[in-house]
Amino acid sequence: MKLELLFEQLFGTEHQIVVNGDFVSGTASFDGQTLGIVGTTHHAPIGVAMALQQARVLLDLMADHPGRAILLLIDTQGQQLRHLDELLGINRAMAHLGCCIDLARRQGHRVVGLVYDQALSGGFITSGLIADACYALPEAEIRVMRIPAMARVTKLSEEFLTELSQTSPVFAPGVQNYLAMGGLRGVWRGDLQVCLRDALANAPRTDVRAADGQARGGRLLAKTVADQVIAA
Amino acid sequence: MNISFGECTARERLSRLFDAGSFEEWLPPAMRVMSPHLAQLGVPAAFDDGVAVGRARLDGKSVFVAAQEGEFMGGGVGEVHGAKLCGWLQRALLERPEAVLLLAESGGVRLHEANAGLIAVSEVMRALLDVRAASIPVIVLIGGANGCFGGMGIVARCADRIIISDTGRLAMSGPEVIEATNGVEEFDSRDRALVWRTTGGKHRYLTGDCDFLVDDDVAAFRAAAISVLASGSLALTLASLEAEHQLLALRLQQARPGDDGVDIWRRQGIAQAALVPDLSAAQTRALTREVA
Repeated sequence: MKLELLFEQLFGTEHQIVVNGDFVSGTASFDGQTLGIVGTTHHAPIGVAMALQQARVLLDLMADHPGRAILLLIDTQGQQLRHLDELLGINRAMAHLGCCIDLARRQGHRVVGLVYDQALSGGFITSGLIADACYALPEAEIRVMRIPAMARVTKLSEEFLTELSQTSPVFAPGVQNYLAMGGLRGVWRGDLQVCLRDALANAPRTDVRAADGQARGGRLLAKTVADQVIAA
Repeated sequence: MNISFGECTARERLSRLFDAGSFEEWLPPAMRVMSPHLAQLGVPAAFDDGVAVGRARLDGKSVFVAAQEGEFMGGGVGEVHGAKLCGWLQRALLERPEAVLLLAESGGVRLHEANAGLIAVSEVMRALLDVRAASIPVIVLIGGANGCFGGMGIVARCADRIIISDTGRLAMSGPEVIEATNGVEEFDSRDRALVWRTTGGKHRYLTGDCDFLVDDDVAAFRAAAISVLASGSLALTLASLEAEHQLLALRLQQARPGDDGVDIWRRQGIAQAALVPDLSAAQTRALTREVA
C-alpha cells in the first residue's frame, strides 16, 4: 500500500509524518494518544546510515517521551549490500537499532511493527521482528533473500529454488507463511484503525512466536525443542 | 602445544576450552533432534542440527555454553538449531549461570528453511537480550573457518563482549553475496586480502567491534574467556546506547567512498596501518595500547 493512503486510513489528517528520501518519521494522533512513527519506504536498503537514522528517533523517543507507543513502518529490500557498509560494521549498526527497539519495549513503550509493503532479511530482524508484535498488510511481501543470491549461497539451482518457493512454507515467501509460523502476530484487513487499536491494546509483551507457530501448525518444532532443552 | 580453534569441531572446542570433562550436553546427537525440512531438498540432516548446547565449568565457575558446527551447512540457523539456542538462553534465565558463552560459527539464516530460520534468529536475539537484561553476561567467541555472518553477525553484536581470533571473521553479508548483487567492482570476493581487511578479526578488534583479539589457539580463547568472566555484565541503558550511537555516528561521518580497512586504522591514529595485515595478534593488540 502507498504510504499516503496508509496514513490516511490509519490517521486521517491527524499526523505529522515526514518522508525524507527513504526515511519515515514523525508523530500521529490516535484515539487521543500520540504515537511515535519510524520506518522506511521505497524498498529502502538498510545500511549503516539508515540504521542510525532510525535508532536516533528511538533514542529521542525514550529520552523525551517515555512510554509513548511506537509504530514501526516496514518497507525494505534488506541490508545494504555494499563494501563500505561492511567495512563500517553494518552488523553493529543494525544490532544497535535492534537494541534500541528492545530497550524501548523494556522501558514500557508499546512497539508494534507493520510490514506495509516489503520486508527482507536483515532489514526485518532489526525492526518488526524485534517489536512487541509484528503485523502485515495482506498484499505485503516477506522473504529472506532473492533467489539468484540464494542459489549462489546454497549451490542449489535457480530453477529448483523457484519451484520450491511455490510449494514449501518454510522456504516460500509470503505473508500467510509468516503468519502460520508465528513470525507475524496477525494480518491487518478491513478497517486499519480497528487493527491498530487492537494491536496497541493486545500485542504480547513477551515473545510468543514459537507458541503461535505451533498453535497455527506452521512451525511445529520451535517451541517443543526449546522446551525440551529447558527440561533436559 | 597450540591447538587451532579454527580446525576443531564444535564439540572439540567445547571439550578443550572448558574445564576438562565438565561439558554436559542437552539434546545430544543420540537424541536425534533433527531438522524436518532438509529431506525434501535432498540435503542430509544432522543428528544435532549443527549446534551443541549445554553447561560446563570455566575455571571452576558454572557457565552455559553452546557451539555452532560450521561443517554442517555452514552453521546456518534453521528451525531446530535456533530453537536449541532459544531454549538454552531461556534456561539461563531460570538457572542463572555465571555467564553464557556462545562459540559462534554461522553464515546466518539457513536458506534451505529460510523463513523458519529468519524468525528463529530473531527469537535468539530477543532471548539473548532477555539474558543480558537479567545481568547475566553473554560472551561470543568467533574463530571458526566460516566466520560469523548474517543474522548471527547481528546477534553477536548484541552480546556483552566478543572474543575473536585473527583468523576469525565477523560481518553481515558475505562478500560472495555482495559481489553477486552489485558486481565484482563493488566487492571482489576472491581478493582474500581485501576480505580480511574488511571482515577479519584484526579489523574488528582495531575498530572496537570486538573486545579481544587472540591467536587461533584454544588455550588463548580459554584465557580470554576466563578474563572476561571477571569483568561481569554490561547493562544496556539509554546512556550506553546513546554512547554507542555517538561512536557509530562519528565513524559514519568520517567515512569516505572507497575507504579501505587501512584508511580506517590510520584515521584511528595507527601510523603503520599498512603493515597491520602482516602483524601477529599480539603485535596488533600492542598497536591499540600505543594509541591509547
